[in-house]
Amino acid sequence: MSEDKFKFQGVGREYQKQLLNAWYERQQSAHDDGRKVAYLFVPGNIAEFLRVFDFELVFPEINALQCGVRKTSGDLILKAEDVGYSSDVCGYVKNDIGMMLAGNIGPSGHTLPKPDLLLCTYCGCTTFIKWFEALSHYYNVPLVMLDIPYLRGETIDDVDRQYVVDQLKELAGVCERITGKKFDHDKLVEITRNSAEAEDLWVQILHSAKHKPSPFDSYFEAVFFMAPIYALRGLPECTQYYREAMKEIQERIDHGVGPIPEEKFRVVIEGPPPWPHFRAFWELLKKWGVCAVASSYSKVGGYWDHGFRHDPSNPLESIADYCLTCYTNLNLPMRTDLLRQYAEEYDADAIVIHSVKSCRSFSVGQADMREQFIRKWDIPTLLIESDLADPRYFQVAQLRNRIDAFFESLEHKRLVHA
Amino acid sequence: MSFEETIERYRTVIDDVAFPTVKEWKSKNPHGKVLGTFPVYSPHELAHAAGVLPVGVYGAGGKIEIDHADSRIQSFVCSIARSTLELGLRDLLNEFDALWFPSICDVARNLSGVWQSNFPQQKVEYIHFPQNMTSAAAPHFYRTELQRLLGTLESLSGKRVPPETLNNSITLYNRNRELTQQLYRIKSMTPWLLSTYEAYVILRVGTLMPVEEHSQLLERVVPEIQQRSRKSRDYVRVLIEGTFCEQPPLELLQVVEEAGCYVVDDDLLLHTRWFEDPVPVNGDPLLSLAQSYLHRSRYSSVRHYGPKPRAEQLINKVRSNNVDGVIFCAPKFCEPALLDYVLLKNELEKQGISYLTFEYEEKMGVFESIRTQVETFVESVMFFS
Repeated sequence: MSEDKFKFQGVGREYQKQLLNAWYERQQSAHDDGRKVAYLFVPGNIAEFLRVFDFELVFPEINALQCGVRKTSGDLILKAEDVGYSSDVCGYVKNDIGMMLAGNIGPSGHTLPKPDLLLCTYCGCTTFIKWFEALSHYYNVPLVMLDIPYLRGETIDDVDRQYVVDQLKELAGVCERITGKKFDHDKLVEITRNSAEAEDLWVQILHSAKHKPSPFDSYFEAVFFMAPIYALRGLPECTQYYREAMKEIQERIDHGVGPIPEEKFRVVIEGPPPWPHFRAFWELLKKWGVCAVASSYSKVGGYWDHGFRHDPSNPLESIADYCLTCYTNLNLPMRTDLLRQYAEEYDADAIVIHSVKSCRSFSVGQADMREQFIRKWDIPTLLIESDLADPRYFQVAQLRNRIDAFFESLEHKRLVHA
Repeated sequence: MSFEETIERYRTVIDDVAFPTVKEWKSKNPHGKVLGTFPVYSPHELAHAAGVLPVGVYGAGGKIEIDHADSRIQSFVCSIARSTLELGLRDLLNEFDALWFPSICDVARNLSGVWQSNFPQQKVEYIHFPQNMTSAAAPHFYRTELQRLLGTLESLSGKRVPPETLNNSITLYNRNRELTQQLYRIKSMTPWLLSTYEAYVILRVGTLMPVEEHSQLLERVVPEIQQRSRKSRDYVRVLIEGTFCEQPPLELLQVVEEAGCYVVDDDLLLHTRWFEDPVPVNGDPLLSLAQSYLHRSRYSSVRHYGPKPRAEQLINKVRSNNVDGVIFCAPKFCEPALLDYVLLKNELEKQGISYLTFEYEEKMGVFESIRTQVETFVESVMFFS
C-alpha cells in the first residue's frame, strides 16, 4: 500500500489501542477520582445501564485475553493451578485468579481496581457464575446476579424479556446504593442512542466483508475493531472510533484491497482465537490466502448484523433483548444455522472451527456442527483444537498439518472443477 | 427376599444399559410415554402428574465403549455427556419419548442442542433454572418455565393436568424424599447398618421406576435395615463431595468404604433429595415448586448459592454429621465441581478439617491407587487429627 494513496490505513488498530490505554488509565485512577467500579462479563454486557451511574467498567475476560496476547497467561494460569485449580478448567478463570494472586497488575501494567459491584451477567456461560463466586470470595464483595434465560426457542419469549427487565429495575436500586446516584432515564436514553449509532457503523464494517476481495478480516482484524463496541459502548468516543475505522475500511474498498495480498479462500470462523499464539495462527491461514469474511467470535458480546440495535425509545427492553441474543446465549441449532447463513451471505468457501478446551460453552457441540455442515449443506469444514488462554494446548506442527491438508484439498477441488 | 438379595437384584437392573424397567413399564402401559432426564435435578412431579414415566438418564457408567459419540463430542468433555450420547447413537434410548436437559453446566446445555439435531423424533427440552435467587421476579419466571414444561408433557400424553393432580404428585414425591432422608439418617447415625454402596443401589433403582413403587420398596427396606445385626467398626466418618452429576463407578464407593470410611453423607444422586424440606402442598402447585427450587434446594455446584455461600453450607454439613474428613471426588473435566473445589478446600483448611482429593471417570477400571490414598487418609485422620 503506497503512502499517498492511503491515508487511513492502520487507524482502526492504532486508535483502538489509544482508547483502551486511556480506559486502563481511568480504571487505575477510578477509586482515587471517587468513581465506583463494576466488574462484568462481555457477553450481553449492560454497559449502557451501568454508565447511567458512572461506573468504571472492568471486564475480567478482556484482561485475560490481553494477558494471552502479551504471553503472560501461561505463568498466571500456573499460579492458579498452584492453589488448587485443575488443569481441566477454564484458562480465563485461572488467568484472572492468577493475576489477582500476583497483585492485580493488569495486562497493560496498570493496577486493576477492586470491584464495588460484582455483576454476574449470566449470559450463556455457566462458568461465569463459578468465576464470580470465586471473585466474590476473594474480594469479599457480594455477587449480584443478572440471570439471562438461555434461548430455548428461536425467538425471545416475552416472559424471559420481562424477567430481565424486572431484574434491571431491581439492579437500579443496588447501583443507587453503591454509587449514591439516582437512576436517570434520560441519561440512559442518551447513552443507548450513542450505542445504536456505533452499532450501525460496526455493522457496516462487518458487512463490508461481502465485497470481493473482502476489505476486512472478520476474525483476525475484528478482534481489534470490536474492542470499543464491547468495552466502551455508550461513550461518545466509541461512536467516534467507528467513524474513523470505517474510513479505513472504505479506503480499502475504494482501492480493492484487503488484509492479505491475495484473497484465495473466504472462510467463516467459529470459536475464540488462541490468544497466546494469535499471530502464529493467523500466519498458518494467511499462507493459504485465507480471509475470514464472517465469524461468530465477533458476535460473542452482542449480535447486531441481522438488525438488532439498542433502542433509545425502549432502552430497558432493548438491553434485555441485547443480552438474550448475544452469540453465547443462542442455542446450538441457532448457532449452527447462523454459521450456515454466514457462509451463504458472505459467499464463503469453507467453515473453520477453532475449538478451545477452556470454553465448553463454545466447544461442546462443535464436532456435531461440523457433521451437519458437511452432511446437510455440503460446506467443507475444518475443526481444529487448541485453547484460548493456555499456551500449552497450541501444537503448531499438528495445526499446520491439519490446516495445510484442508486447504490443499480445497485447492485441488477447485482445480478439478475449473 | 433378604435385604442383601434385594441389593444384588437391583444392582443387575441399574447395570443394564438397556433400561429393563422402562421396557417392562412400556409393555404394561402400551400407550404410556417416557421422559428421560439428565442430572442433576428436574421436576419429575410434572411428568408424574401428566401420566408420563420420568426416568433418570445417568450415562452408561462405563458399560459401553464410546465409539460413535467421539465424532460428536470432543475428548476433553466429561464421561457422562459422551456416554449418554453414545447410548442414544446406539439406539439404547429409543424407549424415551422426551428428554430434558437442565441448566447445570454448559456441557449439559449444549448436549440438548446436539440431541435436537441427532434425534428429531424425541421431544427435547432445555430447562433454564433461575440463577437469581433473590429477585422478586424469579418465582414468576420459573413458574412460567414449569408451565411450559408441563404443557409439553400434556401434549405428549394427551392429558390435561389440573392443579389437584399435580398437588397429588408433589405429595407422592415429598413422601419419597422423606423416605430417602430416612436412609440418609441411618447412614449418618448408624452407618454400620447401611453401606453407601447399598444405599446407592436402592436409590438409583428409584430413578428407573414409578415413584409409588419406589416408595413401597423404601418402606419395606427401611425397617429391614434397622433390624440388621451388624457391629460398629472403628472407621472414620467422611463426606463425599463432587458426585452430584456423573456417578462414580460403584467399585469406587466400595473401595472407599473398605479402606476404613463410613460415608455418612454425600451428594450422590442429589436429585433424590433435592429439597431440604417438603414442597408445600397448598394453593398453586407450580408456584410452590418454583419457590421450593429457589428457597429449599440443597446447595450444589450446579446452582448459584444465593445468600448462603457453599463453603458455609459444607461446613454446616461437616459439623452436623460429626464428620472427621471430607473426600473430594469429582468426575474428570467437571467444571462446576473442580472450580468449587478450591473455595471449599480452602475453607476446610481454615477450619482444620482434613480432606482427600481424587478424580474419577466412568471407564475407570483400577482402584488400587485410590484404595492406598484412602487408607493413608484414614490413618492420618485417625492418628494425627
